[in-house]
Amino acid sequence: MDFAIDLIKAFVVGGLLCVIGQILMDRTKLMTARIMVIFLVAGAILTALGIYEPFVDWAGSGATVPIIGFGYALAKGAMDEVAKEGYMGILTGGLKATAAGITAAIVFGYFAALLSNPKSK
Amino acid sequence: MADVSTLKKDYQTVVDKHSPKNEVLKNSFKAFWVGGTICLIGQLITEGFIYIGFSEPDAGTLSTITLILLSTILTALNLYDKIGNYAGAGSIIPITGFANSMVSAAMEYKKEGYIFGMGAKLFTVAGPVIVFGTISSVIVGILYYFL
Repeated sequence: MDFAIDLIKAFVVGGLLCVIGQILMDRTKLMTARIMVIFLVAGAILTALGIYEPFVDWAGSGATVPIIGFGYALAKGAMDEVAKEGYMGILTGGLKATAAGITAAIVFGYFAALLSNPKSK
Repeated sequence: MADVSTLKKDYQTVVDKHSPKNEVLKNSFKAFWVGGTICLIGQLITEGFIYIGFSEPDAGTLSTITLILLSTILTALNLYDKIGNYAGAGSIIPITGFANSMVSAAMEYKKEGYIFGMGAKLFTVAGPVIVFGTISSVIVGILYYFL
């Protein structure tokens, strides 16, 4: 039962975050990259304020899969690493926590593009 | 010249037919269910990894990587763009949209070469995201260190 509730929470929360993005896109005509950056920075700020982490605990993938969760991971990584390693964590924490995702995106992304056939226009 | 008013009326009907009627609501609904479904799939994958014995943080990371892998494959097969045309932000906001932006830009500039074409264009959208993400994390780290 918990399992089903977690799935529903992920669906509804993730969906609502996408609706916020959609409304921003429709109302402001912002470009994709700008929307992503806005979500990301919002995630970092909300995490620094201590708001986003409880939200992640509650909503699971609904809060981490949207790009705002990437901002959360970066900020949380920086905070955890500062707590653990001191000032060096300022420089290492963010990218360390997100290294797997960024590396996967670069490696899979490059090879997927390499093996693909761009659609004929 | 009596036809002018008729023409104007015709023109107005054409305009009405093509102008968006409550597009925001319709687009939001599409974004909601597609984006929600992607997050639900992420949750399922995470639970799956936990079930086979991974720790919760590792399962989360592996789930992200799996979503990225799926997205790059769908993009290479020209399928993710089709989802994107329908779902708008529903396909952009999830992490799969980030991976998609990398592959589709690299695909488009393939003809400009493997290094400056693909290697550089991979970061057309991902570049700003990583730059601002890194800057944010450093600012958060500094604040956390001193406060």
